[in-house]
Amino acid sequence: MRRTLSLWRTLLVVAALLGVWELYVDLGGADPLILPPPHAVAQSLYDDRALLWSSFLVTAREVVLGILLATAAALALAAAMHFFVSLRRAFYPLMVASQTIPVPMLAPVLVLWLGFGIGPKLVVVALVSFFPIVVTTLAGFASVDADLIKLMRTFDATRRRVFWMVELPAALPGVFTGAKIAVVVAVIGAVFAEWAGANAGLGYLFEQSIPQLLTARAYAAVVVMSVFAIVLFALLTLAERLTVPWAYRSIGDLDG
Amino acid sequence: MVIEAPPKEPSDLHAQSGVRVEHVDRTFAGRTGAVHALADVSVRADTGEIVTVVGPSGCGKSTLLELICGLQRPDAGTVRSAPAALMPQRDLLLPWLTALDNAALALRARGMKREEARAAAAPWLKRFGLGGFEQARPAQLSGGMRQRVSFLRSLLAGKPVLALDEPFAALDAITRAEMQGWLARVLASEPRTVILVTHDVEEAVMLGDRVLVMSARPGRIINEVRVAEARPRRRTDAQIVGLRERVLEALGVNQ
Repeated sequence: MRRTLSLWRTLLVVAALLGVWELYVDLGGADPLILPPPHAVAQSLYDDRALLWSSFLVTAREVVLGILLATAAALALAAAMHFFVSLRRAFYPLMVASQTIPVPMLAPVLVLWLGFGIGPKLVVVALVSFFPIVVTTLAGFASVDADLIKLMRTFDATRRRVFWMVELPAALPGVFTGAKIAVVVAVIGAVFAEWAGANAGLGYLFEQSIPQLLTARAYAAVVVMSVFAIVLFALLTLAERLTVPWAYRSIGDLDG
Repeated sequence: MVIEAPPKEPSDLHAQSGVRVEHVDRTFAGRTGAVHALADVSVRADTGEIVTVVGPSGCGKSTLLELICGLQRPDAGTVRSAPAALMPQRDLLLPWLTALDNAALALRARGMKREEARAAAAPWLKRFGLGGFEQARPAQLSGGMRQRVSFLRSLLAGKPVLALDEPFAALDAITRAEMQGWLARVLASEPRTVILVTHDVEEAVMLGDRVLVMSARPGRIINEVRVAEARPRRRTDAQIVGLRERVLEALGVNQ
């Protein structure tokens, strides 16, 4: 009941903002070609639905595969850095540095190297998603109580068993937290990667629509991206609730 | 509580299963410099004996247990002990496991198959009054139940020595009193060499065959009190009350 209520409030805010926007454009505040009114965006969402859908499928594939790739790599690296302190000392600063490389600069270089296919998109999405997942997973490993490790040692558990039985399950909530943060940056990363060289996708569609003065279509592409990010976030929240129910708290939930 | 016949011994107890701590000194690096935890501490526990160690907070009691469990090494002196399992102060149950799987953790830790470990632990849960809670998660259990699962987990490690670190300190007074009685009954039917540290004088006297009194840091043994009273003991027995007074006096807290 509470969930429905809070979602209803969000919809109310959105409706109010759309109303102000619509009135502003209708009353001549802005040229509809520069700022399309919401009804024109809605019209485009309907008229261009086939184009938007096929573009969405391309971008969704890049984002989902990229996040999966990032999660696998992040888990492996976080585990390795957890086991070997020297590895952590060596790689952590480099990892932070890698995040300061501007994606708009990196993406064209990757296109040059990997071509116009899905390759450079996956690398960009994985690169931007990877960082939050490593950081939160490492925090999860570190959150294990030192006394619990001692207890396991008096039970004659090997280092490997301690990892599989205690440390890995304890780090799983961190993996989900990282993935939820990654969803948003992953979508932005995919758009930049498509701008650097692509022939399909929502970012590509956006880029092509602006010079043709199809601003309503460009806005429709943004709406689809936003809804996609929200849905992905909600799916991850659901997966988190099912997989790590002991750690699930409603903080960070979509409905607050 | 009815204690049924034991379903199966967790493991063969070693013939020689005592604890000998002799003239041990231990200093470790703390946040604000070196901490002298133990000074010339000697503790002896014979097979099947329950030795309680009572002292003020931070007197090195936990350090003593970690030495016995082999988790630390002494700077001076010797520690000889049969294999010991720790029971920590906080229950430290794994929130993602059921009560049954938590109890079976020590069995799984040494490589027993999941189903086998569950089959071995299940009768003990019933015996410990936790029947029907096998599938409950720790968050669904009361504090006393969680401590019972935690104790069972350490018991099933099958070590001849149990090192109990303030096992009931986190419980409310009523539950703690119940749990002390419960532990006395369990140990009567399931004898182990036990070193139990506590800051609760009454607990030390109620449960121990001998009570060692420790000073504030650096911890030394300043007194030893033998409790000859037969079990089951009652808190109100004249001898228990008298011994409690004696221990309090040794700690210097009796007016």
